[in-house]
Amino acid sequence: MIEVQNLTKRYGERVAVEDLSFVVEPGVVTGFLGPNGAGKSTTMRLILGLDAPSSGTALVGGRAYHEIPDPLREIGAMLEAHAIHTGRSARNHLRALAATHGIGDARVEEVIDLVGLGQVANKRVGTFSLGMGQRLGIASSLLGDPLTVVLDEPVNGLDPEGIRWVRELLRGLAAEGKTVFLSSHMMSEMALIAERLVVIGKGRLIADTSVEEFVEKASAGAPVQVRSPRAEDLRAALERMRADVDSVGDGELLVRGSTPGQIGDLAAELGIPLHGLTPQHISLEDAFMQITRTSVEFHTGSEKPELKVVA
Amino acid sequence: MSAIAARTRIPVRSRTPDPVTQSRVFRSEWIKLWSLRSTRWSLSLGLLGLLLGIPNAAFDMSRWYSLPLQTRLHYKSVDNALIGWHFSELAIGVLGVLVISGEYSTGMIRSTFMAVPRRLPVLWAKVVGFALVVLVLSIPLTFIDFFGSSAVMAQHHVNPSLSTPGALRAVLGIPLFLTVLAVFAVGLGALLRNTAAGIGTFAGIIFVIPGFVGVLSTSLKNAINPYLPSNAASAFFTVTRDPADHLLHPWVGFAVFCGYAAVLLAAAAVLLVRRDV
Repeated sequence: MIEVQNLTKRYGERVAVEDLSFVVEPGVVTGFLGPNGAGKSTTMRLILGLDAPSSGTALVGGRAYHEIPDPLREIGAMLEAHAIHTGRSARNHLRALAATHGIGDARVEEVIDLVGLGQVANKRVGTFSLGMGQRLGIASSLLGDPLTVVLDEPVNGLDPEGIRWVRELLRGLAAEGKTVFLSSHMMSEMALIAERLVVIGKGRLIADTSVEEFVEKASAGAPVQVRSPRAEDLRAALERMRADVDSVGDGELLVRGSTPGQIGDLAAELGIPLHGLTPQHISLEDAFMQITRTSVEFHTGSEKPELKVVA
Repeated sequence: MSAIAARTRIPVRSRTPDPVTQSRVFRSEWIKLWSLRSTRWSLSLGLLGLLLGIPNAAFDMSRWYSLPLQTRLHYKSVDNALIGWHFSELAIGVLGVLVISGEYSTGMIRSTFMAVPRRLPVLWAKVVGFALVVLVLSIPLTFIDFFGSSAVMAQHHVNPSLSTPGALRAVLGIPLFLTVLAVFAVGLGALLRNTAAGIGTFAGIIFVIPGFVGVLSTSLKNAINPYLPSNAASAFFTVTRDPADHLLHPWVGFAVFCGYAAVLLAAAAVLLVRRDV
């Protein structure tokens, strides 16, 4: 479990993370979202004891990172920028890390096999592809069979098969009761892997919720698709109520600014038959764009959020 | 899954801590030291440089009668036999800086500090590991070089032996100097965290500053010169001493040099714990 409480980090004048509080619970995969520069990596570095917070705390399993006597058994992490010496072989990299915790070579071989690097384990890391580097990073994070796993952009550079492998691996870890916390900018991937979300923008918390709730909230302003044989009459009535209506094909309307209930009631009142009334769902990506853009931090005032509709 | 269900805690298994210890960190650093090809090569070449006294002696012997009479009469047999330390000094300085700056340049330091969040055990392990390798390898190499050079010098009967005044101190002093130099260099690398800056500063301290001091007024020069790290160190193992150099007493020189290394290492240790990585 990761508990972040009123966490603030300043680098000189710049505030990277401000008064951030959230909890990452065991047993589920929690996604960490935010636009570039939102403070995701800083937050992870603070959790992992690499940077010291200006104020506030980040606890892992109830302790500050540097107070954990055997951190690799408590929390395994992979940071986005590969934290690996390029001149060393994958196997020696893992052996050196394992040695700090008295973890034997058997476990090193186990994680090498687990991530599928058996063929290249004696090659220098500098010769690795991005995907192989990711696999090695994941192997390092699993060395101590930790209770919590933190991964920064784990699917970056992986092929579709690798992505599916990571997805299943992380689900499996969560199912074992482990805490899994990962960041990704691939929203579609996040929608598939994560159940909960922590969303930050400009160093502040925007949302700490389930993926469903997050999408639902963002979908509040999403359009409703309406089919009616008297579409034009309905359109006129809706527009009198200041709804934003678009005709999409014969007898079909796309209504923004009204809920399905309001539209149904209005149609009943006017005796207009409805053949279809479908609220449109938006993707996590759209929800993310919607919420980060409409949050005060990100309001540029330029354009109205344009929602891509997923039927 | 609903938010309520997601928040339901699944009990995590309890675990008995199996802590990171200094000896485990030492083992880890030992693996790191020997698993880089660049380390193996530069360490081997650097320490084999200690044997350069032998070809140097052979060269002197081959042109013996063309050497000035004063040189031949006062032949610095011990110092010339051990001349290879100049080469090893540079190699060990560079490698010592790299032992830690290489981790910063590749990002490895983050993995290292995630595994050892108290950080200081890493610094101690790097310092002790590297210094130990330098000590253990340089002692036999210095002896081999000494006896090899001595055998070559025998053809003109200027060969030193361990009973030559100051010879034993020099033969043991050079490995000791290189060992402390290893500490000095690792400290410098940890302090500067950057390979180019570390090597540049090392070269500046050892090779450039003495040149600058050389152009100062005589009184100022004589006051500063003996205390420069390079001169304090060479006072320790130089046998033929030129009074004009104002070298410190050998053991005082060694103590001063150890002091520099200790100050660097202490500063590095303080900052290592405080700084973000």
